[in-house]
Amino acid sequence: MSDISELTITALRFGFLLLLWVLIFSIVSTMRRDLVIGRKAAMGTPTARELRKNPELAPAPPQPVKQQAHQLVVVEGPLKGTTLPLAASPILLGRAQEATLVLEDDYASGRHARLFPQGSRWFIEDLGSTNGTYLADQQLTRALPVELGVPVRIGKTVIELRP
Amino acid sequence: MILAITAPQPRRNVELVLLVLALAVGIGASAMVGLNNATAFDGDFWFQSSLLIVAAFAFHMVLRFRAKYADPIMLPIVVALNGLGLALIHRMDQPGEDTGNNQLRWTLLAMAVSIVVIWFVKDHRLLRRFTFIALAASAVLLVLPLVPGISAGEVLGASVWIRLGPMTFQPGEIAKITLAIFFAGYLSSNRDLILLAGRKIGPMQLPRFKDLGPMITAWLVSIGILVFQRDLGTSILFFGLFIVIIYVATSRISWVVIGGALILGGGFLASKFFSHVAFRLDSWWNAFTPEVFDRSPGGSGQIVQGLFGMADGGLGGTGLGQGRPDLVPFANSDMIVALIGEELGLVGLFAVVLLYMLLFTRGFRAALGARDAFGKLLACGLSFAIALQCFVVIGGVTRLIPLTGLTTPFLAAGGSSLLANWIIVGLLLMISNTARGPVDTSPITHAPTEAVQTS
Repeated sequence: MSDISELTITALRFGFLLLLWVLIFSIVSTMRRDLVIGRKAAMGTPTARELRKNPELAPAPPQPVKQQAHQLVVVEGPLKGTTLPLAASPILLGRAQEATLVLEDDYASGRHARLFPQGSRWFIEDLGSTNGTYLADQQLTRALPVELGVPVRIGKTVIELRP
Repeated sequence: MILAITAPQPRRNVELVLLVLALAVGIGASAMVGLNNATAFDGDFWFQSSLLIVAAFAFHMVLRFRAKYADPIMLPIVVALNGLGLALIHRMDQPGEDTGNNQLRWTLLAMAVSIVVIWFVKDHRLLRRFTFIALAASAVLLVLPLVPGISAGEVLGASVWIRLGPMTFQPGEIAKITLAIFFAGYLSSNRDLILLAGRKIGPMQLPRFKDLGPMITAWLVSIGILVFQRDLGTSILFFGLFIVIIYVATSRISWVVIGGALILGGGFLASKFFSHVAFRLDSWWNAFTPEVFDRSPGGSGQIVQGLFGMADGGLGGTGLGQGRPDLVPFANSDMIVALIGEELGLVGLFAVVLLYMLLFTRGFRAALGARDAFGKLLACGLSFAIALQCFVVIGGVTRLIPLTGLTTPFLAAGGSSLLANWIIVGLLLMISNTARGPVDTSPITHAPTEAVQTS
């Protein structure tokens, strides 16, 4: 293709490099919005005017200090009455011998669920068990915080956290 | 717990805009190649460009219907890289060669498979049920190239290919996905056992000796790949994948230290016992010595010619189709990064590296947002696999580390790698869809709702 001048080819060459970088800068500017996780964090304390417009930005009223969970109690099932002190390490629940609390429950899986501390709260997470884990009659699909006295059902076993 | 106040947004229109830009990059590259080298396309330019456009928009529409909240950036990045790769491979085709069209066929097939994965799996949590099936599948895939009858024998010093009718295929590429699924599934249920502390040395908490079992196994498998298939790159990739997933699962730096020590030990032994590893090390360290440069096989000619090419490209490159990459062996697969450095220059090569980095950060963003441990580990593992491949290939071509035979994701000629990487992107898009979308409170589909007695 000799009918295209040298100048045009050079211009196209640099034009292509420019296009490549235009793509990158558009991607980065798209990402900028995505890096913000909560609007609150990005804008600091909202002003009174912003509060009137978006009531959901109001800081949550301080929660009463909650009692910390210190033990795990089995309230139903073959191991009824067993208690386990809660330290800072996660707890594996299941029928497997390596589990922290070995459930002698035919309806539980080997590695059924995991109870782990985060901040001042304990969370329960299902480990892909056959029959599922229920937090107050709701089947778990992700890790959820466990409040004191809320029953967690694993097979035929029900456990609760106590202060 | 992070409270997200902003409502989930699909952002599919942003994806559409970026996709148009990405296609402009890919097709623009093809057009530039056509300007400078009219024979490369045999007049098929419009036909091939429209196929790429149709496939990209089909993928986009599938995301609109099936994964509305998926990450809007991954698809444009991958389309741009793949389009650029197609142009560069066409550019390297000698008259009569068909590598470019072959790559286009594989691209279309890979995108179709990725669409099928997104359409039918939809929720990555289903994959967790196949943890041990994934392990068995990986074992089969890794052994296949050694089975007489379907093995394609030793090609270019490594036996990693199998022959399926007229095509050859590298099952190890798919194995990296199944292995990531297995590692993520296994470690998301067993990490607490591995977390049990052993002895403490200085600030480092060592794991218990019996928990080292899985790591020793992974190491032996990697060494096995190195010995029987003579494939250094895949061996490093698998072991690196394992270290990263176990580190993310347990957040113990001691795993990385132990893993690094095992790699160094294994590498040292391999360089003592296997000539192909020793040659690789020698042609990295003494690349510019004339004897090493001219040695065949195992010389450094390929690396050094690639370095000369990149030096010739300079800052702005010679322009697509105007360099001399035909002097470099395998310029369209192993050395495609050198080809980019020569014809697009440092400016273009940095753009490509940045595209990879952005893709990698989006994968990690999906992992951060994922609400289940399995999804987090899987997204970390898969995006790290892409990043490690880039590091090993670009590091090898620029002589930072010894050159090993891994493919540059999405760019290099090679169907199996393209297929595997498109499936990885499909899985990452799926994970990001659940991570960015509204909280899904329904149980996993197909989960048995009645109580089943397990034995």
